[in-house]
Amino acid sequence: MLTFILRRVLWTALVMFVITVIVFIIFFKTPGVDPARALAGRSPNAQTLAEIRAQLGLNRPFPIEYGIMMKKIFITRDLVSYSNQGVLVIPEIGQAAPATLSLVFGAALIWVVMAIAVGIAAALLRGTIFDPLLMIVALVGISAPVFWVGQMANMISQSTLHGTFLFSWVPPLGYTPFPQDPLLWFKGLVIPWITLSLLYIGFYGRVLRANLLEVQNEDYVRTARAKGISERRVLARHTLRTSMITFVSLFGLDFGALVAGSTLLTEVVFGIHGVGYLTWQAFTNLDLPTIMATTVYGAFFIVLANAVVDIAYAWLDPRIRPT
Amino acid sequence: MATLLEQVQVDTELRPAIAGRNPWALAARRLWRNRIAMASLGLFLLIVVVSVAAPLFARDVAHVNPFLPNLNGHTVVGGKVVPVMQQGGGVLKLGETPIGPTWDLSHYFLGADSVGRDVAALLLYGGRSSLLIGVGSAVLCCLAATVVALIAGFFGGVVDALLSRLMDVIWAFPVYLLAISLSTELLTHSSGFQIGPVHVDASSLWLPTIIIAFIYVPYVYRPVRGQVLSVVKKEFVEAATAQGAGNLRLIFSEILPNVASTVIVLLPLIIATTILTESALSFLGIGVQPPNVSWGSIIQDGTDLVYTRPWVTIAPGLMILLTVLSLNVLGDGVRDALDPRAKLRVEG
Repeated sequence: MLTFILRRVLWTALVMFVITVIVFIIFFKTPGVDPARALAGRSPNAQTLAEIRAQLGLNRPFPIEYGIMMKKIFITRDLVSYSNQGVLVIPEIGQAAPATLSLVFGAALIWVVMAIAVGIAAALLRGTIFDPLLMIVALVGISAPVFWVGQMANMISQSTLHGTFLFSWVPPLGYTPFPQDPLLWFKGLVIPWITLSLLYIGFYGRVLRANLLEVQNEDYVRTARAKGISERRVLARHTLRTSMITFVSLFGLDFGALVAGSTLLTEVVFGIHGVGYLTWQAFTNLDLPTIMATTVYGAFFIVLANAVVDIAYAWLDPRIRPT
Repeated sequence: MATLLEQVQVDTELRPAIAGRNPWALAARRLWRNRIAMASLGLFLLIVVVSVAAPLFARDVAHVNPFLPNLNGHTVVGGKVVPVMQQGGGVLKLGETPIGPTWDLSHYFLGADSVGRDVAALLLYGGRSSLLIGVGSAVLCCLAATVVALIAGFFGGVVDALLSRLMDVIWAFPVYLLAISLSTELLTHSSGFQIGPVHVDASSLWLPTIIIAFIYVPYVYRPVRGQVLSVVKKEFVEAATAQGAGNLRLIFSEILPNVASTVIVLLPLIIATTILTESALSFLGIGVQPPNVSWGSIIQDGTDLVYTRPWVTIAPGLMILLTVLSLNVLGDGVRDALDPRAKLRVEG
């Protein structure tokens, strides 16, 4: 187990290194693109360009340029956004993080509970009309573009039905930090949470149903039934437990990806100023330093999340350790 | 009963032994009998045909050029001539609001957008780019992933380790952040840019196609490589090697046909994913660039009109939903047809 963890950690470090190199190549070495011009934002003057060249050590050898960029992102954290009046990029990401985390945690709670309900219901109702019906509804959830669902939700809750008792409680779009007003924080996030979780409810519900039906015919389930255990207990203690292995490992990966920036569309549609929104703003301002930093941090978060999932998985299920 | 027996006898007389049946034909027949899958295939093809006919609709039915603003134009509603941009409409009774849906195919069926363009015609043109980019990038992605997976799985060892690790790294990037990075870097050059002898225009549809294809390569690579690894060890490959078959022959005539079904099962699902990604990127302003339109960019245009003229947003969203849904259902059907044992599996 220890060698497994050690190998996994070393591998994680190597992946992180390669990621930084790829980001470096995208932003500094794209053929035909002058990195100073690209990083400077819209219509820079000659003075800014010279400043950028000096600060980032452009024109110096490849490894030194790379080293300076890494130092500015991770050690001194003084990477500057040129299109945004010299704001420091890394602290700005730190300020945006709570909004993204609030969004992801709430949505994750909803999707885990709902997906387990949908999966179990569909598996129990197999052979009736409700199973295919539930699966089609799940597929609709998977197929709907999240930004469009968000727009529709906004249209209904902010305009069409805002006057009725159904949606009169919905505050205007935007994010209120939790310490400032917990109630408003909650009210403002309910609809974004539901919007974001729809896709995952559908996907996880389908995965869970498939896994539940797969283990249904395993020997140990038959044994449990033969012992005379109640059907509810068989589900809770035997089938659901094994079926949750895929569910849990997928959850780790999706959760990591969401925190690392996949909430971008939801944040943009609902005006939640999180990391994804920050990246999108940076894109509209052609603010490359910010995009570079969110991409590197996001990718690092995903790699770390994957490593944690792998180690947890190996700890739970010794059969897969040797790899 | 008697007729059945007769038929069996006739059959056995005509066919001396059980004819060998091609597994592809068997799969096609299973798919053909799956009514829900065939209905979704029909829906998808209908959307494709309607989108391809966009210029015909714009010229002969709607009589508009959906790429030109039409701020001062007029149209006919219920026999009366009305301006396309109406003064003082909307909630605030201020400024101009484009005309809403008339439900009349030849006169702004779905209304106009913020510069007076016919939304119905834009929708069809948008479908052209969305489908072209979606299908194009999915095919590119599957081709690239299959080639890499064949190389990795066939040669194994260091080659496999290196390629698989590279795929892991691409996999680790957050999809939208990677797309934003790539497109900002490429779009900062509004005049387009030069790769060797090839000049790529900044508004070219190739840019989003290649970016989206690149992002999803690892998602196809993983299952295909797994399949290659299991096929490489089979006896028939060993037999071919013993007969003196070269590497190319082994890869293309022995291994490729046996991993093709894995790729085909993935293709509709990947097209569904790439269409969703394209619409998301265009919605954010990263994908299709003006003057081209796509379903995502129409939704983006409709953002400011969502409370007054919701159909500008509703219609393209419904198109995306129907297209992606039909592909997902078709994908399920294709999987069941090609691999009946995997009936319970869900893509993951």
